[in-house]
Amino acid sequence: MRFLSAAHGFARVAALGTCLAIVGPAAKLAWSQGHASPDQASPDQANPGRFLADFNKRVTTKVLPNGLTLILCERPEAPVFSYFTIVDAGDANDPGGQSGIAHMFEHLAFKGTKDIGTTDYAAEKIALDKVEDAYAAYDTEYRKRVGRDEAKLKQLHDAFLDAQKDAEQYVIPNEFTEIADANGASGLNAETSLDATQYFWSMPANRLQLWAYMESDRIANPVPREFYKERDVVMEERRMRVDSNPIGRMVEQFLAAAYVAHPYHRPNVGWESELSQITATEAAAFHKIYYVPANITIAVVGDVKPGDMAMFEKYFGTIPAGPKPEEMTTVEPPQTAEKSVVIKEPTQPLYLEGYHRPDYRDPDDAVYDAIQDIFSNGRTSRLYRSLVRDQQIAAQAEGFSGFPGDKYPGLFAFFAVPDQGHTPQEMRAAIHKEIDKLKAADVSDEELAMFKTRARADLLRGLGDNEGLAQQLAIYQLRYGDWRELFNQLQKIDSVTKADIRRVANKVFVDTNRTYAMVEFEAPKPSAQQQSQAGAQ
Amino acid sequence: MMRHRLPLSRLPRRGAHPIRTAVFSLLGMTALAAISAQAQTTTVVPPDAKAARQAQPWTQIPIPPLPAFHPEPPKRVELKNGVIILLEEDHELPFISGTIDIRGGSRDVPAAKVGLIGLYGETWRTSGTTTQDGDKLDDLLEAKAAKVETGGDIDSTSVSWSCLTKDEDQVFGIAVDVLEHPAFNDQKLQLAKQQAVAGIVRRNDDVEEVAQREATKLVFGADSPYAREPEIATVMSVTVDDLKAWHAKTVAPNNIIISVEGDFDSATMEKKLREAFESLPRGAASPKPGGEFAGPKPGVYFVNKEDVNQSNVWIVGLGTDRRNPDFYALAVMNEIFSGGFGSRLFQQVRTKMGLAYSVSGGYGASYDHPGMFYTTALTKSPTTVTATKAMLDEINDLKTKPFTDAELTSAKDQLLNSFIFRYDSKEKVLTEATTLEFYGYPPDFLEKYRAAVEAVTTADLERVAKKYIDPSKLAVLVVGNESQLGTPLTELNMGQPHPIDITIPMPAGMRQQMGPGN
Repeated sequence: MRFLSAAHGFARVAALGTCLAIVGPAAKLAWSQGHASPDQASPDQANPGRFLADFNKRVTTKVLPNGLTLILCERPEAPVFSYFTIVDAGDANDPGGQSGIAHMFEHLAFKGTKDIGTTDYAAEKIALDKVEDAYAAYDTEYRKRVGRDEAKLKQLHDAFLDAQKDAEQYVIPNEFTEIADANGASGLNAETSLDATQYFWSMPANRLQLWAYMESDRIANPVPREFYKERDVVMEERRMRVDSNPIGRMVEQFLAAAYVAHPYHRPNVGWESELSQITATEAAAFHKIYYVPANITIAVVGDVKPGDMAMFEKYFGTIPAGPKPEEMTTVEPPQTAEKSVVIKEPTQPLYLEGYHRPDYRDPDDAVYDAIQDIFSNGRTSRLYRSLVRDQQIAAQAEGFSGFPGDKYPGLFAFFAVPDQGHTPQEMRAAIHKEIDKLKAADVSDEELAMFKTRARADLLRGLGDNEGLAQQLAIYQLRYGDWRELFNQLQKIDSVTKADIRRVANKVFVDTNRTYAMVEFEAPKPSAQQQSQAGAQ
Repeated sequence: MMRHRLPLSRLPRRGAHPIRTAVFSLLGMTALAAISAQAQTTTVVPPDAKAARQAQPWTQIPIPPLPAFHPEPPKRVELKNGVIILLEEDHELPFISGTIDIRGGSRDVPAAKVGLIGLYGETWRTSGTTTQDGDKLDDLLEAKAAKVETGGDIDSTSVSWSCLTKDEDQVFGIAVDVLEHPAFNDQKLQLAKQQAVAGIVRRNDDVEEVAQREATKLVFGADSPYAREPEIATVMSVTVDDLKAWHAKTVAPNNIIISVEGDFDSATMEKKLREAFESLPRGAASPKPGGEFAGPKPGVYFVNKEDVNQSNVWIVGLGTDRRNPDFYALAVMNEIFSGGFGSRLFQQVRTKMGLAYSVSGGYGASYDHPGMFYTTALTKSPTTVTATKAMLDEINDLKTKPFTDAELTSAKDQLLNSFIFRYDSKEKVLTEATTLEFYGYPPDFLEKYRAAVEAVTTADLERVAKKYIDPSKLAVLVVGNESQLGTPLTELNMGQPHPIDITIPMPAGMRQQMGPGN
């Protein structure tokens, strides 16, 4: 959207937990923005109820016999379509010792299938099995706590490299994406969060059947070729996002402190030691459990017709059924004392704090949205006006809900960037003052009305875009069992009261429920400086 | 005007706040590719093995002809005083949005005032108008879920608005008031300055930002209007009078393009815009862009960052502009070189060697000045030299490794089959038309582009690669952790690395507070 305020942008992105929001149309439709409210004072043209009736005619859904859910939405503005596949498994589902595997599998899903990306799958399969055997032998030796034989280790590693080389002879690299791209795929990408894994692109309408073939084939028959090279690629992704970035380092430590039991405590890209030891065999096991049709929802929006459903069924119906994965047992225990992370390094100061809140199914979910909006949405928001405009101590200050996810109980977090010369401690004090205000006094009628009006307009704005719409329909269908909840959320939004806001604020924003992280500037150590021959820092 | 992207300009947009950008990418989602612009493309070099391979079921899937699709071009109106109006009706949703683009931007500001345009774009709106203060405008507009915003870019400034159809008269009125009667108050300027300074003191914290900034400086020169950065001193020197003077100088009808999209009747909208703008007197025309573009001084440049375990490598030179008749052949060459997952660069550095997650490049073309030719990758510190050599090899191969028919077909398929995504929404149609209007390109540029791409041959590719790719004119920039490199950069055989000092010039008072710029 052209007019997204940067501050609001942060909140949206945080709510959905997506990094692609900064570049893709996904930004238009963050999770928490899919709410809207009928405004009694506004004329019919802006009433989403009118649009729901229209969408009831344009949307067709079908749950296939194997359990896969398909949503088709007609929007024949141009001869193109966009799709969005969401797999209800993310890195929160990574088995112990394998953090990062859901994301690793997402990368594998672009490596081709038994048909695509190989000159001879039968021979390649044998070679890939040998790679796994060789890697397992190496790995066993590598992990020996006592009596590891270095010469043998090297020998085993060489044998692994040989097996890998042997398998590579059958590979047609990147053929899957090559076919998609040569057929006009646009915006091809995928994302993995702690909550879910999602795949998407847009194509000219005459490639609908080709897409159905490709998407169903890679769900059913992915082949873990070039796995260990791709693992190196993902290690670079970790270095970029976490290790070499001050905010990445802070967020990783913050979440590790905020959660003691629930897997939200782990970085979705994975811990370095675990990510670097994931195997293709483990990735295949993850696929077998979580990539069953009953765990997958796909939405297609654009120049499509209800009659296309039969063709979709032909392709997606052949994916073998499997039991829906077991729900997670772990529930984060109540926090009993404030926790902190203080990082001292030669970077400018930052401040982040979070409070545990329930997951998105909580009856107060819309109340958290209201609080987020009132704290953070644009130049009228309380944190902007207080910390940025009036006190002039922060360059940026926001509160946002559902971090690092909202499928499971996440955090309501606050993030502030101190102005030059100001400290994280000042951010903390100023944020707490605003929180106390929210607990002690009702928000104004205008603030509450503004939240409801903007939520409705944001919902409507998102309806005119294939990519965003596909994302919304798929997510709402998955999360609520009915895409209509995208519109029906309006009622929940509309029923939020001032008393609700005070009640929730008093319940959640308490000291013992808080974790904070701060970065404090500390000059580089002299010894490190001396090492530097090439330019003062 | 940076709202549009054609294939020769894949550089991620600059100007996004570095802090926010970094946070976005760290809030807990990883992705297949680093930025969508990189991922949006391509085709691959089909290996020779393809001939003797197993069945390819997808080739049997019918691809019916795509229905004809010719979206209505925007209605163009030129007022007597020079205002250009472009109107694109779109009745799908009850919204209207518009932009008033004004020629002249940060490249036209004197060196001592770099940063002025950013401050102008911010202060213009936050100050409000002579009759309505900016904070009150915020309350008024947000209550309607409407926006009126101002901004500044390298070659333009703008006022834009967006609202529900029912609020159009009032919101448009505010936009016009902002354009014609801005208040520019000092308090809001001070606030904008403080935020600008916060950005400057943090600009070395994000290593990717450091690398992109320094690479741009190498290509265009550190003092070039296309590369220079606001400094604390230049930002602090800007006054309210400077903002007013800039406004008076640039806001003239003959420098203005207005584009409106959404739920309106064109005749009614035209009438409204005429009434609002027809009486404005002409002003001085915006100066034509000039400048000298020598390209980088070849060699290896190094920025040491002790808090990273990965190097940002950029190999850079000068690119071209879109009026160059070779633009189309270069666009196809770009697809083959770096267009996406199947491109030579991606295939080699990421897929085969596993040396990088983020890798991209391209022979850049801007609309009215040369773009940048760049190849970049992020690789772990110890493989810096290996990755850089691999990247240099791919650049050299453009001149020596023949382009195959399969590569050509693939690249064209990619460009032409995805072509519809340049104009599959009314908003894109209008944005494209506005961009062409702004830079004085013919309105059928996109159509010609398609035809010209179709005509490109492997001989064309060979010719442009020979003509434009000159490895001896490239600079290599590494931003990384020297203590971890292992193999020294001298192994690149491009001489001793030139250290680049990125210390942030800081007035004495601030240095006390902050410690050294890091």
